[in-house]
Amino acid sequence: MSKDPIILEDRKSFVLLNEKKQNNTIDCEKDSVSGAVSQRACVYCGARVVLNPVTDAVHLIHGPIGCSSYTWDIRGSLSSDEENYRNSYSTDLQEENIIFGGEKKLEAAIDEIVETLSPKVIFVYATCVVGVIGDDLVGVSKKKSKEHNIKVITVQSSGFAGNKKDGYKAACHALLSLMGEKKKSDEKDFVINYLGDFNLAGEAWIIKKYLKEIGVKTNVVMTGDSTCDQIENAGNSQYNIVQCAGSMTYLAKQMQMKYNIPFEQVSFFGVTDTANSIEKIALLSGDEAIMEKAKALIAREVDKTNAILDQFMKRLRGKKVAIYVGGGFKAISLIKQFRDIGIESVIVGTQTGKKEEYKKIRDLTDEGTIILDDTNPSELEYFIKQTGADILVGGVKERPLAYKLGLAFIDHNHERKHPLCGFVGAVNFIKEVDLTVNSPVWTFINEQGGEGYEQKELYQLERQSL
Amino acid sequence: MSKRNYTNLNVNPCKMCMPMGGSLAFKGIEKSMIIIHGSQGCSTYIRRHIAAHYNEPVDIASSSLTEEGTVYGGSSNLKKGLKNLIRLYQPSVIGVLTTCLAETIGEDIQGIIREFILEEDLEDKVHIIPVSTPGYQATQYEGYYYALRQMVENLAEEVAHNEYINIVVSDVTCEDIRELKRIASFFSDKIIILPDISDTLDAPYTSEYSKLLSGGTKINKIKLMGGARATVEIGALIKDAYSPGKYLEETYGVPLYKISVPIGLEYVDEFIKALSQITHKTIPKELELERGRMLDGMIDSHKYNGEGVGAIFGSPELNLAISSLCIENGLTPKLVMTGSKSKKLKEIIEEKAKRFHMETIVLEDSDFSTLQPMVKQCGINILIGSSDGKFVKEKVKVPLIRVGFPIHDQIGAQRKLNVGYKGSLRLLDEMTNTLMDLKHDDYRDRMYDDYYTPLLKA
Ligand code: SF4
Repeated sequence: MSKDPIILEDRKSFVLLNEKKQNNTIDCEKDSVSGAVSQRACVYCGARVVLNPVTDAVHLIHGPIGCSSYTWDIRGSLSSDEENYRNSYSTDLQEENIIFGGEKKLEAAIDEIVETLSPKVIFVYATCVVGVIGDDLVGVSKKKSKEHNIKVITVQSSGFAGNKKDGYKAACHALLSLMGEKKKSDEKDFVINYLGDFNLAGEAWIIKKYLKEIGVKTNVVMTGDSTCDQIENAGNSQYNIVQCAGSMTYLAKQMQMKYNIPFEQVSFFGVTDTANSIEKIALLSGDEAIMEKAKALIAREVDKTNAILDQFMKRLRGKKVAIYVGGGFKAISLIKQFRDIGIESVIVGTQTGKKEEYKKIRDLTDEGTIILDDTNPSELEYFIKQTGADILVGGVKERPLAYKLGLAFIDHNHERKHPLCGFVGAVNFIKEVDLTVNSPVWTFINEQGGEGYEQKELYQLERQSL
Repeated sequence: MSKRNYTNLNVNPCKMCMPMGGSLAFKGIEKSMIIIHGSQGCSTYIRRHIAAHYNEPVDIASSSLTEEGTVYGGSSNLKKGLKNLIRLYQPSVIGVLTTCLAETIGEDIQGIIREFILEEDLEDKVHIIPVSTPGYQATQYEGYYYALRQMVENLAEEVAHNEYINIVVSDVTCEDIRELKRIASFFSDKIIILPDISDTLDAPYTSEYSKLLSGGTKINKIKLMGGARATVEIGALIKDAYSPGKYLEETYGVPLYKISVPIGLEYVDEFIKALSQITHKTIPKELELERGRMLDGMIDSHKYNGEGVGAIFGSPELNLAISSLCIENGLTPKLVMTGSKSKKLKEIIEEKAKRFHMETIVLEDSDFSTLQPMVKQCGINILIGSSDGKFVKEKVKVPLIRVGFPIHDQIGAQRKLNVGYKGSLRLLDEMTNTLMDLKHDDYRDRMYDDYYTPLLKA
C-alpha cells in the first residue's frame, strides 16, 4: 500500500489498514495537507452548521460575501416556529473595509438589524479576513449588547485558525455564553437536554416524541429547532444526552463543569442503537415507570421495524459499503447500522474523527478494512476500486464521484429531505440503500460499461432479430 | 425604488465571491487543476456548489492556510500544495486563485510561482497561472472573466495571423456550448471556445473514470488566440479591465465583437451576424429556418406569456439576455436583480423595455431580501433565475424557472438549452407553459368564486 503514488508521502500516516494482529494507529486531528484536495471545510463552517439551527437568533456573518453566500440555509433544519435563522445576513465587506477596518460597518449592520427585527440574540461570526485585519469583534459585541440591551455574541470562527472541529468548539462557546444561571427547581419530572441533533427533516421531533412517550421531558435540543430562551434555560436539566459527539461532547463537558449536569452518549441511528439509547435514558432516570414504558415502546417498535427490514435484507445480502462522513461517531453508528442490515463496511473514513473513535472503528470493523482520516477523491477512488465496494455513504461532494465510479450512493448530509434516525429512520435508511444499490441502472453499467455498443451481447441481439 | 433595504447588510446574497467564478473558468480548460490559496473552507464551499450544480466530481485543491501560514506567509504552504497537486493529478495547467485571506496578508503569488517553477524545474512542463481573486473585491461574475483574461495573458503568444475565431463564452450551460459550436460550425471549422465546459462538466459515463478530463479548451489553441481573425466575446457588460477579448484587441489587434448572451431573437441574430461578418459568409438556410420556427413559436405563445410579469435574478449577462427574451415576447421583466455592480445592465434593459412600453425596475448590487417584498408589490407571477430564489419561491408562492448558477435543487442544469433560436424557444416554452399551468390549475375555482358565489348571494 505505501508504495502507491496515489497516497502522498504526507498522507501515509492518515491511512490505516485494519490488521488485527498489529497494533497500528492512525494519525488524526491535524490540519489538512496542502494540495491534497481535502473534503473538509473550515472553522467558520463548523461553527455555522452547529449554531445555525437556533431559530430565532440573527446569524450575522462578518466578512466578505462568499462565506455567507455558500452557507446560506446550509442545514435543512426545520423549525416549529420562527424562521429567522434561514436568512443569511452578511456585512459583505468590500475592499475599503479590508483596508480601513470593518468595525464601523459591523456596528452599523447590528444597528440596522436591531431596528428592523429587534431580535433577542445576534450571533456575529468571524471569518478569515476579519481575523487578519484585526477587527475587535468582542469589543463591538459588548458595546452593542449594552447599547441595545440584547445579547450580541461573538463566534470566534476565523477560517484559518484550526479546522472544522475548532468551529464546533466556537459554536459551543457561543451557546455557553447564552446560557443563564441555574435556578433552584422543584421539578419532579426527569428533564434532559438533547445535544447534537439539528432537526434535519424533523429528526429531533421524532426523538422527542419517543422521550415524551416514556415520560422524559426535553428541555432543549441543541440546536435543532431551538430558541434562545430554551438555550438560556439549558442549565436546569438533570441530564445531557449527546448524539452528535463531534460537535457537542465539548459542550456537554463544559455544562458538567458549569452546572454539574452529567452527560451520556447516545445514538439514534439504526434499530439496535435506537433501542439501546432509549433504554439507556430510561435507566438514567432511575424511574420505574419510565423504564416500563421504555420497554413497551422498544418491544413494539423493534418488532414492527424488523418486520419491514427483513423484507429488504434479502435483497442486500453480500453488498459492501464505503463510509466517508464528517464525524467519527457518525461513522461508528453507520458501521453498526449497516451491520444490522447485513452489510459490511470495507472502507471507513471521517473528516474530523478523534483517536478514540478511530480505535473504536478499528475494533468494530473486520480485518482488511481501510480506515481513512481527512481523505481525498484520489484515495477514495483507489480504495473503492481495490475493495470492490458497492455503496458509498457521504455528502454532496462525494456523490458525483460515486456515480462516476458506478457506485450506489447514500446521502448522509445536511440537505437530505428524509429522516434517518429513530425507528422510522431505520426504515428510510434501508429503503434508500435498496433504492440505490438495486437500481436497474447498474445493470447497464455492469454489463455494458460506458461503451455499450462494443459489447458482444448487443450484436447478438441484433443478429437474432434479423 | 432601487434603494436597498439595508445599507450595511447583505441579506440572502445574490452573488458569490471571485474565486468561484475563477474556478468555473478553469474547469473549461483541458487537463487543468485549480488550487485556491487560502484556508480550507473556501475551496470546499466552491467544490460543493459546483458539484451540486453539475453533478460531476469537482476536484479543487486548497493550500490549507492555517494560523502559521497566515502569520509568516503562505509561500511554503502554496509550494507544497502545488507539488502535491502535481503528483496526484499531473495537470498541464494549474490556476492559482487567491482568497480574501491570501490577498489580505499580501501574498506575492506571482513571485512564489516563479520561484517554484525554478526550484522544481517545471519550465514548459506545466503552466501555472496566478489569478488574483480577492473575495471582497468583486463577485463571481468578474472573477470568471478575469480568470479567462489571465489565461490569455499568460498563454497567448505573438503568433502569425490564423483562421481561428475566438469565442469567449459567459456563464452558459454545457448544452449551450454545444449549441454555440453547432451554430458557429456553419461559418467556420476553426473555432476556439474559451472556456469549454461542455465535456468537462457534463462528461459521459465511461467504464474507466479519469480524474483529469481531456475535454476543455486546448492550451495550444489558447496560444493561437492572439493571431485569430476576431474575438466574439459573450459579455456585453463586463468591464474592459476584466475582459480577455479587450486584452487580445489591445495587445495583438484582434478585432473584438462584444455581444450579449445569444438568448432571444435580437441577441441570437447579433451573434450570427457577427460570425457572418467575420467570415464573409452568408447566413445558411438552416439557421434561417430555425429563426422562422422561433418566430412561429413566439406567435403561438405570445398571448399566454404576455400575461407574465417576471422577476429575473442572477449574473448581469444572463439577466440582460433573459430580460431581452421576455421583452420580445411581451412578458414584462418587472424586476431585474443582480448582486454584482453593473450600471450598463440598467441602461440597456430600461431602454429596450421602453421601446415596447414596459416598465422595469433594475436592482444592481442587491440581495434577495430587497427583492422579496417587491415581488408581491409588483404582482410578479413568474421567477426566473438560480436556485437561490428558492426562498422567495417558497414564501411568495410564485413558480421558479431555473436558469443560471447555482441550480442545486433540480437535476439537469448542465443540459438545459437556453441559447440560439432553439434554446430561446425552449426556454420561452418553459416559461409559457408554467404561466399556462398557473392559469389553468385554479381557473375553475377562481371562476366559481368570482362569478358563481356572488350569484348565490344576489
Ligand atoms: S469570501 Fe473570501 S474567505 Fe469567504 S469563501 Fe470567498 S474567498 Fe473564501
